Amino acid sequence: MKIKIALAQFNTKLGEVQANLATHLELIAEAKQQGADLLIFPELSLTGYVLQDLAVTTAIQPDQNDPVFNTLLDASRGIDLMVGFVHEDRRHRFYIASAYLAEGKIVHIHNKVYLPTYGMFDEGRFFAWGDSVRAFDTRFGRMGMLICEDFWHASLPYLLWLDGADILLFQSASPGRGLTADPRLSSSTWVEHTNRAYAGLFTVFVAHANRVGYEDGLNFWGGSTIFDPNGDLVVRAPDFETSLCVAEIDLNQFHRTRARLPLLRDERTNLVQSELERILGNHED
Amino acid sequence: MKTDLTIHTELAEKILTGFIRTELHRVGITKAVLGLSGGIDSALSLYLSARSLGPENVLAVRMPYKTSAPDTLADAQTMIDDLGVQSLTVEITDMVDPLIQRFEDMDKIRAGNIMARMRMIVLYDQSAAFKGLVVGTSNKTEILLGYSTIFGDSAAALQPIGDLYKTQVRQLSRALGVPDSVTAKAPSADLWQGQTDEGDLGFTYADVDQLLYLLVDQRYRPEDLVAEGYDPQFVEEVVQRIRRNHFKRVMPPIAKLSQRTVGYDFLYLRDWGT
Repeated sequence: MKIKIALAQFNTKLGEVQANLATHLELIAEAKQQGADLLIFPELSLTGYVLQDLAVTTAIQPDQNDPVFNTLLDASRGIDLMVGFVHEDRRHRFYIASAYLAEGKIVHIHNKVYLPTYGMFDEGRFFAWGDSVRAFDTRFGRMGMLICEDFWHASLPYLLWLDGADILLFQSASPGRGLTADPRLSSSTWVEHTNRAYAGLFTVFVAHANRVGYEDGLNFWGGSTIFDPNGDLVVRAPDFETSLCVAEIDLNQFHRTRARLPLLRDERTNLVQSELERILGNHED
Repeated sequence: MKTDLTIHTELAEKILTGFIRTELHRVGITKAVLGLSGGIDSALSLYLSARSLGPENVLAVRMPYKTSAPDTLADAQTMIDDLGVQSLTVEITDMVDPLIQRFEDMDKIRAGNIMARMRMIVLYDQSAAFKGLVVGTSNKTEILLGYSTIFGDSAAALQPIGDLYKTQVRQLSRALGVPDSVTAKAPSADLWQGQTDEGDLGFTYADVDQLLYLLVDQRYRPEDLVAEGYDPQFVEEVVQRIRRNHFKRVMPPIAKLSQRTVGYDFLYLRDWGT
């Protein structure tokens, strides 16, 4: 089975959900026209990234009653969508979140687990920490979603892999940093190495959508990618340019890669469990 | 210790021209105004702005004082002609001399600050007239060392080269085609005759850029650098300069009284809503 995945990268309007929703609808229409089965937007695609006090005024309680989600759910007929938004839960905690929408339904919501609060980042000040990571079923197989800093921690992609995810969907708003003599920023190189490593080590597809544009002095570098289960690059969107990048992936690649390289078959999960219990202090040696 | 400050100039140009264009266009402005001294920082800012916005959308303003070096003024004209940007010359002598002459105890530092602030007034007036934002020309070395006049040359809407050390400014300037006469001459604020930056500062840019890179970017502790062979006096002087001049890098503190105060718990980027 072959499916077409589209990666969107664009500059958001900071705190203007309606304007960003309009951009989403344009990109969805374009992706549909190009025959895409799944369209991935970057982190906080409905709001912009450095929200600070805008976090609470741009938040959405995601259901059919919310006009923004209602519009996106309508648009998810014929093309699956992964969007980024501020999730206000029923007890009014605010999360950086991803939603997977398909055929007019919310299939899964992931709340960002790791909120970078160091250096230029201040997410933990404004947002609640997500407390779970789950794979979920789609018409293209089982998937898992992570947001930016989530996949700077190897534990979350690993857990999704064990939970059955064969396609990892990553979204980020990664500020570019580390200008050296190299033709790419250090941050771009680092993220791409990591994503390639996950694809190869877990023999899965890793699709990553990263935004472009600027917020005050921060640049966002784009360079969205898909890596296949061999760790080979399927497609890379241009750095720094607005784009909708569509690529076909072949789900039969799992058979071929895992016949050659049975890393999933051989994973010693019982050993991981017993050693984790020991390390975390639940058992004596 | 890695102290190679070499940058990939095409990548720097891509990011910085995109920055100027995006940050202007998002607030509905297509034009930029710059003070062009004939020195390397304003030259680089002008070349980046012209490439970013198109030369017709950039106004270079020359603002000489009666003691300004004539060759520097000529370099400015060469760059204006080279790029085809719009230009204007507003001599500031008649504007600043009455204030300078008003006080018998006037010294050259005060006079220099008056000139820098008068240039700010001229630029912000041209900003309104030309409907363009003022693009700043401060580099990372001078921002960290506080080698600037607060509310003078530090006043701007954007600082495109503020994260490039002086040695990186030189490298990028050469790559963008800034004339050799500009990239090769000794950097000077040109506030009085014979002034040079390195004379004022007491050390060279080549030396201080490496030290700043290790202290600021690489987070070396001062004592580690002394142990690595750096002159303790030089390290101490630079560390103190960075701290003493921090007031130039931040907004003036607001005395907090209420539940919600600008700067402390009323937090938005400047790009809010755009």
